[in-house]
Amino acid sequence: MSVQEVLPLNGLTAEQSGPFRADHLLVAEMVKPGSKVLDVGCGDGDLLQLLETRGIDGRGIELSREGVNRCVAKGLAVVQGDADTDLVNYPDDAFDYVILSQTLQATRQPKVVLENLLRIGRRAIVSFPNFGFWRMRLQLLVGGHMPRTENLPASWYDTANIHFCTIKDFIELCDAIGVKMERAEALDLYGRPLRLRLPWWVWNLFGEQGVFLLSRGQGK
Amino acid sequence: MVGVKSVPSPAISADDRSHEVDHPSSEVAQFGADQPLRLDCGIDLTPFQIAYKTYGELNADRSNAVLICHALTGDQHVANVHPVTGKPGWWETLVGPGRPLDPSRYFIICSNVIGGCMGSTGPASINPATGKVWGLDFPVITIPDMVRAQAMLIDRLGVDTLFAVVGGSMGGMQVLQWTAAYPKRVYSALAIACSTRHSAQNIAFHELGRQAVMADPDWHNGAYADQGIHPHRGLAVARMAAHITYLSDAALHRKFGRRMQDRELPTFSFDADFQVESYLRYQGSSFVERFDANSYLYLTRAMDYFDIAGDHGGVLAKAFAGIETRFCVVSFTSDWLFPTSESRALVHALNASSARVSFAEIETDRGHDAFLLDVPEFFDISRAFLQSAGKARGLTGKND
Repeated sequence: MSVQEVLPLNGLTAEQSGPFRADHLLVAEMVKPGSKVLDVGCGDGDLLQLLETRGIDGRGIELSREGVNRCVAKGLAVVQGDADTDLVNYPDDAFDYVILSQTLQATRQPKVVLENLLRIGRRAIVSFPNFGFWRMRLQLLVGGHMPRTENLPASWYDTANIHFCTIKDFIELCDAIGVKMERAEALDLYGRPLRLRLPWWVWNLFGEQGVFLLSRGQGK
Repeated sequence: MVGVKSVPSPAISADDRSHEVDHPSSEVAQFGADQPLRLDCGIDLTPFQIAYKTYGELNADRSNAVLICHALTGDQHVANVHPVTGKPGWWETLVGPGRPLDPSRYFIICSNVIGGCMGSTGPASINPATGKVWGLDFPVITIPDMVRAQAMLIDRLGVDTLFAVVGGSMGGMQVLQWTAAYPKRVYSALAIACSTRHSAQNIAFHELGRQAVMADPDWHNGAYADQGIHPHRGLAVARMAAHITYLSDAALHRKFGRRMQDRELPTFSFDADFQVESYLRYQGSSFVERFDANSYLYLTRAMDYFDIAGDHGGVLAKAFAGIETRFCVVSFTSDWLFPTSESRALVHALNASSARVSFAEIETDRGHDAFLLDVPEFFDISRAFLQSAGKARGLTGKND
C-alpha cells in the first residue's frame, strides 16, 4: 500500500487551531463524535480535553505520575500505565478508537503495541515524528551526528525515544502486519498538513510528522 | 524488675464508651424483626440498629447523596466533634465547608459499621435474647455484611442511587463492595488506599493484634463486660502494632528519629526513653478509651475475609463486568499496608471491564495514614473527580 491510495484529510489550518495543537486537532477530526476513545500516552490530557468538547468518551493512559495526577485533577479518566506492558489488560473491542500520539517511538516493542491498539480498538490513530524528514537527513548527512529538533531536543544518550522510524518504515510495518490504512496525513514543521496529493517519498522527505488512521486489515 | 511501666490506664471511663454503644449521640436507624440483616455466615441478625450522621440536605431529585465509609477504627463522626474523645471529626480535611465534600452541595451520610462500637449493633451491644452484652456470641461479620446494612440504611433515608461512595482503607473495601454488589446504585466511587482482597501480610498483622487482645487476662474469652472490665493492655498493644503499619520508616524517622523523650541520656531501663516509644504508648492508651476490644477482633476479621475476586470465581474483572460507575482509585507511594500494586491490580480489572476509571498514585512519605492527613494533591484529585462526576450527573452547586 502506498500513501497515494489514501485520501488526505480535508484538514484544518493552523489559524483554526486556537489553544489546541495542530496535530491534536487533526486527530480529533478523525474521531467520530460520540465514540469511545483510549488515548495511550495522554500527557497532560490536552487531547482528551479537546475530545471531551466534541462529546467523546475519552480515557487515558500515561506513564508519568505527574502527568496522570494533572489529568485526574482536571477530572479526566486517566490511569498510570505503560503502553508496552499495560495494554494487554484491556479486552478486545473495548474502544472505537485507540490513539497513540507521539508515543510509538518511545515504546520498547512498537509492533506489539500497534497490534494491541487494533485489538483493543476497532480503529487506531497513530502519530509519530518522521525520521525521514529532510532536516533529520541533513543533520546526519552534513553534521554527522544524531538529529535533534525543536520537538525532539534530547541527545541520543538521554532520549526516551528508542525506536525512531520514517513514514516509509511505518507504512511497511502496517503492510507487514496486515493493518489497513484508512487515512494518512503528513504535517510540516509548523504542524500544518501537506495539502497536496504527493508521492509518498515527498511526504517522507517533507513531513515532519505522520498521522495515520488505521483499521484492521483482512484476516484480522 | 527495673523501670517497667505498662501501658497507662485510660483516662476516659468505660462508661463514656459503653454508653455510646447502645445510645449513640447521633441518629440511629432501628431495624426490627421484619427487617433482619442477612449475614454471610448464614445468620439473620435481628433486631439491629445502625448509628449514623448526615451533613447537608438531600436535593429534590435525590441525586446528591454521598456515603462515606469509615476505616477500621473510624466511626460516623466524620465531620463533627467526637462525643467520647472531644476531638475534631476524623475526615474534616475532606468533608466540610469549602472542602471537596461540601455539605452545601452534597447530602453526606456516614454510618458506623455493623460490628462497630459507636452505636451500630456489634459485640459490645446488648443481646436482646439474653439481656447481656453479646461478646463472642455475636456472629462473625464481613465487609459485604457492612455494605448490606448500609444499603438498608440508605433505603430508610429514601435514597436510591448514591452520587458517590467514598472511603479509605477498610472504607475503600466497602466502596469496592458497594460497586460489586450494587453497581446501579453507585454513580461514582472514590476508593482510597485500599485493595480488593486482604493480603497475607495484612492478615498476619491482624492476627498479631487479635492475639495481643486475647493474651490479656482481662479479656476473659470475650466476656469481659460481664466482669465490668476491659482488656485495655492487650488492645493497646494491638493498636501500637497496627499503628506502625499505618506509618512509614521515613515518616517515623522524620517525626522522631532517635530523639529522647524529656531526657538527655538513656535511663538503662525499659521506660519510654525514645520519643517514638512514648508516641506509640500514647496511641495505644488513647485508642482503648474509645474502642471496644471485641469489636476490634470482629472488624479485623471482616477485613481478613474480604476478597472480591474470590466471590466471583477468582476473576476480579467479573465483579465489575459491564459496570457504569465512574471510579477514582488513589494510592500513596509510601503505603506498605495497601501498596500501589494492589490499586494497580484493581485498575487492571476495571480496565478489563471497560469501566471509566481514574487512578492516581500520590507521592508522600506519610504511609497508609496519608489519606487522613493534609495532602493537597489528594484533595485536588478528589475535588476534580467529584466535580467532573457531578457535571456528568447534572448536579449543580454554588461552587460551579
